Amino acid sequence: MSDIASKVKKIIVEKLGVDETEVTAEASFTNDLGADSLDTVELIMEFEKEFNVSIPDDQAENIQTVGQAITYLEENSK
Amino acid sequence: MTLKRVVVTGLGALTPIGNTVEEFWNGLSNGVSGCDFITRFDATNFKTRFACEVKNFEVTDFIPRQDARKMDLFTQFGVVIADQAIADSGLSDENINKEKVGVIWGSGIGGLKTFEDEMIGFAQGNGTPRFNPFFIPKMIADSVSGQISIKHGFRGPNYVTVSACSSANNAIIDAFNYIRLGRIVACISGGSEATVAQAGVGGFNALKALSERNDDPKTASRPYDRDRDGFVLGEGGGAIVLEEYEHAKARGAKIYCELIGGGFSSDAYHITAPHPEGYGAYLSMKDALEDAQIAPEEVDYINTHGTSTPLGDPQEIKAIEQLFGDHAYKVSISSTKSMTGHLLGGAGAVESVAGILALEHQMVPPTINLDNIDEVIDPRIDLTPNVAKAKKLNVVLSNCFGFGGHNATLIFRKI
Repeated sequence: MSDIASKVKKIIVEKLGVDETEVTAEASFTNDLGADSLDTVELIMEFEKEFNVSIPDDQAENIQTVGQAITYLEENSK
Repeated sequence: MTLKRVVVTGLGALTPIGNTVEEFWNGLSNGVSGCDFITRFDATNFKTRFACEVKNFEVTDFIPRQDARKMDLFTQFGVVIADQAIADSGLSDENINKEKVGVIWGSGIGGLKTFEDEMIGFAQGNGTPRFNPFFIPKMIADSVSGQISIKHGFRGPNYVTVSACSSANNAIIDAFNYIRLGRIVACISGGSEATVAQAGVGGFNALKALSERNDDPKTASRPYDRDRDGFVLGEGGGAIVLEEYEHAKARGAKIYCELIGGGFSSDAYHITAPHPEGYGAYLSMKDALEDAQIAPEEVDYINTHGTSTPLGDPQEIKAIEQLFGDHAYKVSISSTKSMTGHLLGGAGAVESVAGILALEHQMVPPTINLDNIDEVIDPRIDLTPNVAKAKKLNVVLSNCFGFGGHNATLIFRKI
């Protein structure tokens, strides 16, 4: 697992209070991990802070699963 | 129409002198000070470096972490003590229609620390607004009653009253009125506050409202004492379950006492200073006695607002003398803020719990740190100095006065 992937998972476990084993690449924040729309906004903000990136709203909308977050951050973080 | 009777069937408390109702009463009856140096932030540069904080409170013992982090501390306090009071009352899906249960809470300020944290974060950033999506729902004062109703499924009236240090008494009076009008069957009421933060201490310091007795914090809250120099900030809260009497009786609930009157008034004088003759306090107590339809002589104990400020304390006593006449020298009086500090919007709630427990235990909690009674106060006034006093108690009156000139008084009677 890449460094980025493990950091992303750690943030999700902490913010959503879910078990690490639930945080699979396919897991959807809202459908599988119990997040509501505000939780999702908070997650995106945490990713921005942790990885020092700015995620535009139109791209944030496409980040719905753990795997999508990891892919986006691997491609865009500095 | 005939008004329904309203009784107290559950209590909760999270205070600087005890994290349960039982611990709170132990603290009150033993004259314990809840004051100590501030641990919630580094207060080195502040004029006041002490407060009455809640001790040993681990929120995750009561609320899952992912829920707790969406609540300011004042809401966490509120949710925990509401749980205590509801459990104590025995209310459940089986014995009450939850659509007829309200949650009416008091908080003078709301999520001050949340506001402070978010603004500091913004100010330290590069100007890009990066506010947490839970900032507003955590901060707003009404979030506490919302969280309590969500947790328990109570679908009756739900809001928070904001009248500074009278907030909880106003909340309890509103709950009382809805139940006696027959609009709801029960209501979770009370109040909570958590302002031991830089903005809270710094703000009250700027008003010159806080004691600055940094060399001896435990004696800083000293209502009616000659050497008092301001109030001590407290935190925590109290919860009471109010229920329509026949409903409580029918389900065999433990009934602590009856809430027989609520009174209120406004000073219409100054935004922070109390009326010099205590006229607002007088009107509030008079209104409560009329509402309760009792004579002043029937009151056995007055839990005063008595914050330990130079101006406020004697004015309340003046108002008591004016309203109660000779009975002012027979009634027991004490300020439990000498032990808990001043919980602001939560004050009326913890002091209601204190008054109800006084009725329950037939004992008047003391005014501690009362070494030399201020000479402007008539020595015949019984301020219950330093030691709790066993006494036959039937009626207890509890006062709250807030910045803005808001005054509110409750009267409880044994049943």
